[in-house]
Amino acid sequence: MKFTWFNLMPWPYLPDDFRETNRSVWVDIDQKLFDPARSHAVYNTYMDLLEYADTLGFDGVGVNEHHQNGYGIMPSPNIIAAGLARRTKDAAVVVLGNSIALYNPPIRVAEEFAMLDCISGGRLVAGFPVGTSMDTNYCYGQIPSLTREKYQEAHDLIIKAWTTREPFAWNGRYNKLRHVNIWPRPIQQPHPPVHIPGGGSVETYDFCIDNTYSYSYLSFSGYLRAQALMNGYWKRVEERGVDKSPYRAGFAQTILVADTDEEAERLYSEHVSYFYNRCLHVYPGFADAPGYRTIKTIQTGALSQYAPPTGGYTQLTWKELTEQGHVIAGSPETVRQRMEDLIKGLNVGNIFCLMHVGNMPADKCMYSTKLFAEKVMPKLRNMFPDWDDDNRFWTQPLKDRVSAGGLPKQAPTREDLMKTYAVEA
Amino acid sequence: MELKTVQTTYAPVRYLVGGAGPDLVFLHGAGGVTAEDPLLAELARTHRVHAPLIPGYGDSEEAPEIRDMLDFTLHTWDVVQALGLKDPILVGHSMGGMIAAEMAAVQPNDVSRLALIAPAGLWDDAHPIADLFATMPYEMPALLFHDAEAGAAMLTAGRDVTDPNFLQTYLVTNARQLGMAGRILFPIPERGLSTRLHRIRARTVVVWGDSDKLIPPVYAHGFKKGILGAELVSIPEAGHLVTMEQPKAVAEAIGRLG
Repeated sequence: MKFTWFNLMPWPYLPDDFRETNRSVWVDIDQKLFDPARSHAVYNTYMDLLEYADTLGFDGVGVNEHHQNGYGIMPSPNIIAAGLARRTKDAAVVVLGNSIALYNPPIRVAEEFAMLDCISGGRLVAGFPVGTSMDTNYCYGQIPSLTREKYQEAHDLIIKAWTTREPFAWNGRYNKLRHVNIWPRPIQQPHPPVHIPGGGSVETYDFCIDNTYSYSYLSFSGYLRAQALMNGYWKRVEERGVDKSPYRAGFAQTILVADTDEEAERLYSEHVSYFYNRCLHVYPGFADAPGYRTIKTIQTGALSQYAPPTGGYTQLTWKELTEQGHVIAGSPETVRQRMEDLIKGLNVGNIFCLMHVGNMPADKCMYSTKLFAEKVMPKLRNMFPDWDDDNRFWTQPLKDRVSAGGLPKQAPTREDLMKTYAVEA
Repeated sequence: MELKTVQTTYAPVRYLVGGAGPDLVFLHGAGGVTAEDPLLAELARTHRVHAPLIPGYGDSEEAPEIRDMLDFTLHTWDVVQALGLKDPILVGHSMGGMIAAEMAAVQPNDVSRLALIAPAGLWDDAHPIADLFATMPYEMPALLFHDAEAGAAMLTAGRDVTDPNFLQTYLVTNARQLGMAGRILFPIPERGLSTRLHRIRARTVVVWGDSDKLIPPVYAHGFKKGILGAELVSIPEAGHLVTMEQPKAVAEAIGRLG
């Protein structure tokens, strides 16, 4: 199993009446709600928490990309990842990911990911999302019905730039480059493992299968509702005649651990409510630009997860959110049982643990994270013994890595240098 | 009006045809056009009306190769040629007006009469055009009509909005139609037309509904200024779908082209 500690980085100061007085948490969210001075502590605390997860033995620390978004103040995940590459030791740096259709030219992503892989000593997991309609179309202006074509070209260009050892010309529809020759290139060969976040687009299944990429379903509605979608994925895997390694798939799940089930509710319910009631308040007009999803996907009945459920989330209580699996919360034993159901039910080897939720303060987050790492994670380690050796979907770091801050405490004296660099007489 | 098919390089194109008189080509807006369109009926009284559907509209095949403004413009010229028409009266509404203006600009010697009805294609920072692609179905009538209530009735005519299949059909239609329209309208309905308007030689009439809330009437002046000798006709008690609210007045304005 691979457990990645993930933080969406929500803005924790949305007002109580946010939902009533604002149209959307995303795209046209009120500028005045962001306070740059307060964000200084918010960013640093969030990065501290990611670094803390590394010390507890999580397999990865995860970041993602959103724009103009009140629940994700990370328009550039690579900036956060650069900090993590320096300050974490063993965890994979899971960037899930860069919306490659947005970068012009996309070799910028090939270069930045290569830098992250080099700085981290080969610990990068590279995520290539198509991106949500809110980010890609409404914030970054990509034409909805051409987004997938542009994404595909960006992907092909990045992979070719990573794997070609001499300069080449790229005459694409969206990119014309006479001299592609990225420098630096990644440590991991032939390139860092690729994870593709998807939301039920059937074309994405085949794309992952064809390229041996891991398919990640990043949902906020929990594992029970994900069953149908993941069944569709595994059915496709079977149809295509490839193995059903659980590492071909990943799933994001909100997880909250306390001493008892009651304590979990008492400690965390307000933060869960903050997330589901305020953070997911997206104006439906931004959920799905016409042409963004393919006709085939619409016809399979997959609605955008940003289309609110009938009645909206506000009516969901703690009891409903936990029983319906949006949130897995409770004592270590409760969480272990439910995680086991999730892992077996969906057949997923990569878990993106959303262990910070809404406006949760750092102390509660550390408490829950530590309990999960010490009392739950060890018991879930050996869910798929048959696939222990499957390393196609995870990082291959250098054996010998340096740490940040490896310089001597003091600058050498002149005498020291004379000794070190003595010239033979 | 009768629905027929004509072959072009990219796809078989569906078109509505009817009426008798001088040839007229009508290019629809982002919402598409049906055989029951009141303006087409009005125009067909005095013209031979041809209204081709953009690929992906109605029941027509999609044409993924049509991606940018030049593709739309030349494709529509291909349609005119495939229909065997020479110098038809060229009429376009909204997105269709944008395409018609481009056609008249790239082949100025082939268009002598041009009618632009609330055309898209220009942008003025002082008067931003509403984002049609972020507008919910229930918000459409107020945005598109002078009389929102009557407009809502026109938009939903004959459809059962409580039918559970309605949403999926609506989403598929929207993805096909507005997905295609987005290639020249998203996220800003402007693709450089202002730098080409001066090439238009056609006798031009620019028609606008007085209460157009999607593309405000102030945009009419941009077209009047850009096209030599263009005549401006403003129509009271009409919104962006002036073609549905005041079809007679629009047909009359087009009639001025002779």
